[in-house]
Amino acid sequence: MIPLSWYLILAAGLFTIGLFGVLARRNAVAILMSIELMLNAVILNLVAFWRYGQPVDISGQVFAIIVFAVAASEAAVGLALILSIYRRRSTVAAEDINMLKW
Amino acid sequence: MQLDLIAWLIPLPPILAFAAIVLWAYRSNRLSHGLAIGGVAISWGLAMLLFVQTLGIERFGEHPVTSSVRWLPTGQSALEIGVLVDPLSTIGLFFVAWTLLAIFVYSVGYHNFGHQADPQDVKGLPPKSGGIEPMYARFFAFISLFAFGMLVLVLSDNLLLLFIGWELMGLCSYLLIGFWYGRPSAREAMVKAFLTTRVGDVFMLLGIAYLYSQTGTLSFRQILYNEQVLNTLASTPAVIGGLSAAGLIGLLLFIGTIGKSAQWPLHVWLPDAMEGPTPVSALIHAATMVSAGIYMILRIFPLLTAGWHEGGGLTPTMMVIAGLGAFTALFAATIAVAQKDIKRVLAYSTISQLGYMVAAVGIGAFVAAAFHLVTHAFFKALLFLGSGSVIHGVEHGVHETHEHVDPQDMFNMGGLRHKMPVTFWTFLLGGLALSGFPILTAGFWSKDEILADAFAHGHTLVFWMLALAALLTAFYTMRQITLTFLGKPRSQAVGHAHESTWTMTAPLVVLAVFAVGFGWVGIPEAFPGLGGILPNWFHEFVGGALPEHPAAIAFDPTPLLVSVGVALGGLLLGWLTYRRIQAGAPDPLRRLLGPVYPVLENKYYFDELYDYAIVRPAYWLAETFTYTFLDRRVIDGLLHAIGRNSLRVGAFLRSRIDLPVVNGIGDWIGESTKSSGHQIRVVQSGRVQQYLLVGIVFTGLIISFFLLAGA
Repeated sequence: MIPLSWYLILAAGLFTIGLFGVLARRNAVAILMSIELMLNAVILNLVAFWRYGQPVDISGQVFAIIVFAVAASEAAVGLALILSIYRRRSTVAAEDINMLKW
Repeated sequence: MQLDLIAWLIPLPPILAFAAIVLWAYRSNRLSHGLAIGGVAISWGLAMLLFVQTLGIERFGEHPVTSSVRWLPTGQSALEIGVLVDPLSTIGLFFVAWTLLAIFVYSVGYHNFGHQADPQDVKGLPPKSGGIEPMYARFFAFISLFAFGMLVLVLSDNLLLLFIGWELMGLCSYLLIGFWYGRPSAREAMVKAFLTTRVGDVFMLLGIAYLYSQTGTLSFRQILYNEQVLNTLASTPAVIGGLSAAGLIGLLLFIGTIGKSAQWPLHVWLPDAMEGPTPVSALIHAATMVSAGIYMILRIFPLLTAGWHEGGGLTPTMMVIAGLGAFTALFAATIAVAQKDIKRVLAYSTISQLGYMVAAVGIGAFVAAAFHLVTHAFFKALLFLGSGSVIHGVEHGVHETHEHVDPQDMFNMGGLRHKMPVTFWTFLLGGLALSGFPILTAGFWSKDEILADAFAHGHTLVFWMLALAALLTAFYTMRQITLTFLGKPRSQAVGHAHESTWTMTAPLVVLAVFAVGFGWVGIPEAFPGLGGILPNWFHEFVGGALPEHPAAIAFDPTPLLVSVGVALGGLLLGWLTYRRIQAGAPDPLRRLLGPVYPVLENKYYFDELYDYAIVRPAYWLAETFTYTFLDRRVIDGLLHAIGRNSLRVGAFLRSRIDLPVVNGIGDWIGESTKSSGHQIRVVQSGRVQQYLLVGIVFTGLIISFFLLAGA
């Protein structure tokens, strides 16, 4: 059986890629996709811990499904926001959306 | 109907009339005088009802009608106000109600009701050409208030309420003397009257306070009819040596009378008070208000005479009162002899007659003083109203002939008996009553009683002073009548005078009836021939007001002969001296008396004396000392110095402490906050990714720290 650490390393890798994407990408849609990546890394962790911890319960799977649902709705809301911003400002570049200051 | 209820109700209609006129009815002259006369007529009706009811009460003096309510709670006790109807107040009520009614009605005619308003007339000046008085309603409001004050005074059962009525009348007197305030002389007279009477009132208030501190009550019944209280007061030595407490209280209260009843040396205000309209002179300065002073000392008679017994020697207080009264009677009579103004003669005559009453009280002749009070009120009101009618008639003549004569100067008159018959006959009766014309008139009986009392109890000096005053009284009265009514007119204006309207003459007739008839209720039993035909009702009735019923005086022919002699002699002399006087001729007395005449004419220079002794020093004190020196220099200087120094200290504090230190710190805090904000604000770029990066970096640092520290 593949040891748990492999899954964890994979998940960490995925999370780090997502984090990099969130911090570094200019396109807001890409940032949203990076967030999805980070969520998926978390789900991978949850499922891996469930499989290596107490596989009798289905709590890990339930958690994973809830996070899916949250991720899906978050993506919907996020895309709606981005669309709305685009309509007003004709851009989705993150550094141009800097109204949140003094 | 309850007697005490009637007594409570008597003073109310005039004050209601006053309020109604002032607040509401003043636009309508007819309504105003209707309210005023209606109010006083109701009071008159109630007073007469009370009078008739009380006549039937046996031993009324011992069982008076009283009623009181608690008014001012003062610690343990309470000051009470209430009404007291005893023989004295009943008699007081009788003459006050009659004179008030007569004078109210007279005022309607006097102020030309029914004539057109003259557009040239201005408020504050008498009408120039017979138009209606411009402030007609105001006059009736004032005299209504006055009537309230007098009725309160007469009915009050304690000194405090009496004092309230007393002061109320003082105020009305002030307002009414200055009724024609457009004239400077009226303004001066009103202030003079108010301030002069105030001198007496202050002492009276002191007396009231002293009495209250000694007895704890001001109620007449509780003090005057309580043997024990009077004895204690009479035996307690007062703060001023040589007098008993009762004596000092009596003296202080008597000073109030000196002011109010215009006795020497506070007599100066009364002649000047003739500046007011004539009904006011009659109402306030002859019949009622000046009588209030006498009424008050009659009211407190048992207190005044505490320690004295009928026929015994006088107490020091009584001696002062008797002496002052007799002196005033003589003193004022001498001045009256040399006056030209018809009203001023009457004013000095009033002072003189009030002196008679004061002297009577001083020698303990309670009933005689009360008797003369009542008869004098009637005949003096009559004389004043008569003189008002004369002045009115002459003013009319002046207006028609356009002759410039003083309508009040008797030397311009003469022969008015044909022009104004009603005024002449009533004035003659009043004048005869004033001079004490024997048998017929009321003045004779009351004056004779005072003289008889003075003679019978051996007060010889007082007796002769009063007798001499009576001689002068008869003389100046006849002088006045002769100059005014007899002979031929001495000016064209007088020739055009005419009789006044019925509202003025009707009160004269009513008062003339009393001036003659009222004497008959007090004829002494012992009088030869006449005594006993009519019972001496007055002595019986009013004497009952005292705890000890005063004894009737045995008949003595000497005072009677003196009294008859001086009256007839004075009248005859007056007639002989003045019957043939020509127009423009000087007063024959001037030649007769030589250098004394100007002294009398100028009232012994008392006005000038007071001017130099009191008025000018007061002005100097106010103007030079208080204003220029004390106020402007000392007090203002002090204040200005304080102000300047405060300004200097303030400027120092501002420039050295407030601006640099306090403001500096405050500004520095603000400025530094602002500049640091400016410098730091670049951190907030608005780019979410940067914020997140910073968050992550610090989170990583914190985690690393805890991991390393935990290891």
